[in-house]
Amino acid sequence: MSSLRRRKPINESSDSKHNEEEEDEDHDDVDADGDDDVNGKNKKTPSKIKKKRGEKPPKQPKWSCMDTCCWFIGCICIIWWLLLFLYNAMPASFPQYVTEAITGPLPDPPGVKLKKEGLEAKHPVVFVPGIVTGGLELWEGRECAEGLFRKRLWGGTFGEVYKRPLCWVEHMSLDNETGLDPCGIRVRPVSGLVAADYFAPGYFVWAVLIANLARIGYEDKTMYMAAYDWRLSFQNTEVRDQTLSRIKSNIELLVATNGGRKVVVIPHSMGVLYFLHFMKWVEAPAPMGGGGGPDWCSKHIKAVVNIGGPFLGVPKAIAGLFSAEAKDIAVARALAPGFLDNDIFQFQTLQHVMRMSRTWDSTMSMIPRGGNTIWGGLDWSPEEGNSCAKKREKKNETQIADQAGSENAVCKAKSANYGRIISFGKDVAEAPSSDIERIDFRGAIKGHSAANTTCRDVWTEYHDMGFAGIKAVAEYKTYTADSLVDLLHFVAPKMMARGTAHFSYGVADNLDDPQYKHYKYWSNPLETRLPNAPDMEIYSLYGVGLPTERAYVYKLSPHAECSIPFKIDTSADDEDTCLRDGVYSVDGDETVPVLSAGFMCAKGWRGKTRFNPSGIRTYIREYNHLPPANLLEGRGTLSGAHVDIMGNFALIEDVIRIAAGASGEELGGDQVYSKIFNWSEKINLRLDEEIPVHSSR
Amino acid sequence: MASNFLRLRKPYYVESTINCSSSSDQKPVNLSFGINETRNQTKKRQAKEHHGRRSCLDSCCWVTGYLCTTWWLLLFLYHCCLPFTVGHEVPELMPAARLKREGLKGIHPVVLVPGIVTGGLELWEGKPCADGLFRKRLWGGGGFTQLLKRPLCWLEHLSLHNETGLDPPGIRVRPVPGLFGADYSAPGYFVWDVLVKNLAKIGYEGKNLHMAAYDWRLSFQNTEVRDCALSKLKSKIELMYRANGNKKVVVVPHSMGVAYFLHFLKWVETPPPMGGGGGPGWCAEHIKAIVNIGPSFLGVPKAVSNILSAEGKDVAYFRAMAPGVLDSGTLGLRALEHVMRVSRTWDSVVSLMPKGGETIWGNMDWSPEDEHVCEFSKKRYFRFSPSDNNVNNSDAKQVFRVKDPVKYGRIISFGKAASVLHSSQLPTTVLKEILHMSASRNFNSSCGEAWTEYDEMSRESIRKIGAADKAYTATTLFDLLHFVAPKMMNRAEAHFSHGIADNLEDPKYNHYKYWSNPLEMKLPDAPNMEIYCSYGVGIPTERSNVYKLSPSNKCKHIPYQIDTLVDEEDGSCLKSGVYFADGDESVPVLSAGFMCAKGWKGRTRFNPSGINTYVREYQSKPPTSGIKSTAHVDIMGNIALIEDKLRVAAGATGEEIGGDKVYSDILRMSERINLQL
Repeated sequence: MSSLRRRKPINESSDSKHNEEEEDEDHDDVDADGDDDVNGKNKKTPSKIKKKRGEKPPKQPKWSCMDTCCWFIGCICIIWWLLLFLYNAMPASFPQYVTEAITGPLPDPPGVKLKKEGLEAKHPVVFVPGIVTGGLELWEGRECAEGLFRKRLWGGTFGEVYKRPLCWVEHMSLDNETGLDPCGIRVRPVSGLVAADYFAPGYFVWAVLIANLARIGYEDKTMYMAAYDWRLSFQNTEVRDQTLSRIKSNIELLVATNGGRKVVVIPHSMGVLYFLHFMKWVEAPAPMGGGGGPDWCSKHIKAVVNIGGPFLGVPKAIAGLFSAEAKDIAVARALAPGFLDNDIFQFQTLQHVMRMSRTWDSTMSMIPRGGNTIWGGLDWSPEEGNSCAKKREKKNETQIADQAGSENAVCKAKSANYGRIISFGKDVAEAPSSDIERIDFRGAIKGHSAANTTCRDVWTEYHDMGFAGIKAVAEYKTYTADSLVDLLHFVAPKMMARGTAHFSYGVADNLDDPQYKHYKYWSNPLETRLPNAPDMEIYSLYGVGLPTERAYVYKLSPHAECSIPFKIDTSADDEDTCLRDGVYSVDGDETVPVLSAGFMCAKGWRGKTRFNPSGIRTYIREYNHLPPANLLEGRGTLSGAHVDIMGNFALIEDVIRIAAGASGEELGGDQVYSKIFNWSEKINLRLDEEIPVHSSR
Repeated sequence: MASNFLRLRKPYYVESTINCSSSSDQKPVNLSFGINETRNQTKKRQAKEHHGRRSCLDSCCWVTGYLCTTWWLLLFLYHCCLPFTVGHEVPELMPAARLKREGLKGIHPVVLVPGIVTGGLELWEGKPCADGLFRKRLWGGGGFTQLLKRPLCWLEHLSLHNETGLDPPGIRVRPVPGLFGADYSAPGYFVWDVLVKNLAKIGYEGKNLHMAAYDWRLSFQNTEVRDCALSKLKSKIELMYRANGNKKVVVVPHSMGVAYFLHFLKWVETPPPMGGGGGPGWCAEHIKAIVNIGPSFLGVPKAVSNILSAEGKDVAYFRAMAPGVLDSGTLGLRALEHVMRVSRTWDSVVSLMPKGGETIWGNMDWSPEDEHVCEFSKKRYFRFSPSDNNVNNSDAKQVFRVKDPVKYGRIISFGKAASVLHSSQLPTTVLKEILHMSASRNFNSSCGEAWTEYDEMSRESIRKIGAADKAYTATTLFDLLHFVAPKMMNRAEAHFSHGIADNLEDPKYNHYKYWSNPLEMKLPDAPNMEIYCSYGVGIPTERSNVYKLSPSNKCKHIPYQIDTLVDEEDGSCLKSGVYFADGDESVPVLSAGFMCAKGWKGRTRFNPSGINTYVREYQSKPPTSGIKSTAHVDIMGNIALIEDKLRVAAGATGEEIGGDKVYSDILRMSERINLQL
């Protein structure tokens, strides 16, 4: 400001030299009230000042607020351009040079390192992206989306979320009844490697892996991104887009053009389930399946390298469907915090998100499978006795002492009841099962919402439920994996009706039952057999060492009208039992608990079991999470987090070695940091073909 | 202390600035200050220093800020108003919107085959100078900015290996796959985008619309060898056929893509080691129609000038894209040299050379376009029937009549005289003699590193070739090029052929080098297929060139130049050393239309199964606005053409959209060509 004030005299100093001097001070006084230094030395009389002031006003507006703004913007622009110019003029290797100067030489990226070892591209590679990481683009839309043809709605900058939020939500939603396109809207997956290499600018998903594979000679003809519309149920991607047929045809082409070398498939996150579905689909006969014949997989697939696979679902999905509060599905929330927590929208935004995500069938593929057998009942869970990740070192001795003492009561008191995936109130979550009084919600009459006239425009199924229904849900107190599916049926009947036509969450008693030929069982590893492909290998690669959501403490939301009636009770905290902000966490990769990612490879498919009749070899490769060493490393080369693990050097090295032809044994077999084998032992799941004679625990 | 020094130093500067920046009666004031008023004075000076020093910087900032703000304001207004304005224009821009209302729906899957230079290329592996460009575009899209940033590096990465015509060691540049590959050639310069938008309106999407991107620098067979591009295309077509309820595909190739797809047709039915092994009925089973846009079936004369002197328009496209680089003083003609060096490593350029020799393109004294009328600007297609020639009833018409038919057959002539004189008056020195003579070439060591193959030629022979009064026809042209660019032609001859087959049963025609030449291959046995030739007419198109020797005789110079000084009075076809004929600015009508108009019409030896062919011409209207333009690439946005495409994709046959639609002289030109059918 002061510089501007000082500037005026130049234009105004047209008087005598004596006047000039006065004037200068004059101005300092008139408009520079804040400038103490000048004011203090001003010796002119007030009258004179007033006189001068009277003369001058016409020229004052010359440096108005506008000018100041312009000046300021200009300054910033020039500085910005200067910096931009310097940045562009800077050699590309400069940041690396600085990092090396500070922290010593960086390790070579795995691609470079392995190239030096002489590795070369061998097997073609197929990527299967997971939920939310694939881009979606608009092919046909309503008027409000004019000009967005073939622009990304999902992925990229998400610019449209800010510009036209309601329009965006409308286009991202699917039809509530069919789970397919709404009338007049066609949103399609982006195809090619660009579909999921970066989720948002600078936020890589597959890009690092692709870049490293390219170093040893991979290129477009040996890589294929099996992009699919992750909002649809798996079978619907075939019905609407023929995606499964495309994947089949592309894998056949890759094998044919690369001299008969089988492909290495790398699914990530939900892509793991999608590819399980594909493997069943491709061998099933034509009307429902792809008609590839019973040995298609063994002919075309060398290995399936699952990264962070939620084989048995994730508890987070429950929270997402129940109250739209989980992290993974409400990624939009993290990406657009200003928009979601906006005062005007408030909880309505969450409801919009919920309404949108409830039309996506695929979210239901992530509901925990296997029920109480896998996830634990009211009083037990495979992870019981788990200590919190952050206190692992500290509590080691006491833990051992506890277990050695084998005092059941003590143990129960200290460890969380992970089996109770949702409980209403912290006390319910901790109380022994005999103390909990539960009133069955299943028969409850929902009643009518009193407020349904006021919140017409925001629609979720909760409005159909009414107060009675909400109360009934809360009265049941606590839900295990089994009763959760019933809960969701009660809370969101339309969605679950759609969902159960496409997904199943049980454990098969007899896999020969013809009902298991239906496609809804194909993505559930506990209700399908792996294909007959003894030479195939299945890997499960995932990160460990991060607290991962496993169970929730809920409360009723205070605003009963026009909002989601349930909320995670963020005030519930307990140091001893890993309860934090209403969430019990266990070991995992921040999204998928170890149990879900590792169990099938650790036990369910190990050796020849009824789920794996041909004895496909399975390997577990865990990667311990380490935070990035410095800022320049970005999201880290040692990360174990669900998506960031795609940039983990150790994982990339393993993947490249597999792609270059190494077998699981050559990699070093299992690599385990967590207690997955212990936990798997505790799960009592029949693995041999015969009908069971012994009863469960 | 430092600040004191500053204060003492400043006043002079302050004075001067005050003097110039304020009104004229301002006097130097600082001198009048009493010495004893030190504190006050210091303060004052300080103040003056402030405004004095800042005034220049301030006003700079102010101006920039002002401009920025205005710019943003306009941008903001533009964005706010855009939806409304677009909303009004859309129905007009989109023939699909109208057709959709008529109830048209996409039935047949569509495959788009881009042409030369319009497809994007991206980097997969490069030299250190291209650090950080992994999977970034080098060609198309934003790739041309790299040309400005690191021109030599960019050129190096776009070159292919000089001997194999494949990747140079350590560099892998690959085509951009998918629709992104060629929807926009450069930001704002659409190629396929308008067509894709229109197709989407009537229901097309990823599953029934495919862009067959390929590396357009390679020879056609090499795209299969290196990238398996032909196999990919085959598998895609089969997939789309199956996934869309056994509906045959409609293929839309553009420019060079036409020749590429001809190659594909032969490749796919040939047994495995060389071909795709689809069996003899593959095309009949999978393809409904081939809708060629701006097809260069018989090549383009422009390609010759490009190879000879890097001066053609279409291939030297980047000249227009980056005029500063090519014409800048420092690089001078070197830039053209670079372009020539790079483009000569591209085999595909050779595929565009005129095919069919003198039979098609005319000899020294005859050409099929003999009766062509050149007054493009005044009156188009003022047709004279042969009987009119004698009548001459209207004197106005006389002006347009070319007295001496232009000798289009002489595709390259050195000197204007050579292009006009009767052949008997031309010296008969045969090129062979020169070739013989130059067997004892003296390699000029003074030029150091050989930039182009010209440097390996002795100046003597260059002069011999370029001696005035020589002309080359489509046949002798190849002798010239063989002499001028032996390496390139040797490479290319293995992949392309430019002759006419005498006997198509000859087993040698099973070789892939004949597959892209419509005069040396038979169309597949697919009687239900349809072939369309859609192209623009009414724009002067390069047909033959007048050359001269380049004045400078230094090393590293292209010794030939188009003689831009050669010109004739209005009403002639000669302009700046180039004879123009009718066409779409790149492809002459003859090349685009002959096969559909005559070569394949009915049952001929090139078309044994009698595939129906249709010629669809689109006339250019003088105010060439975007949607009516018929230029080689702009025609992709022509609404009439798009409407035809949509109707074909929705299942219409050639008869239903109106059969042939001809504005040019193509039918009579074809008549004059004496080709055994």
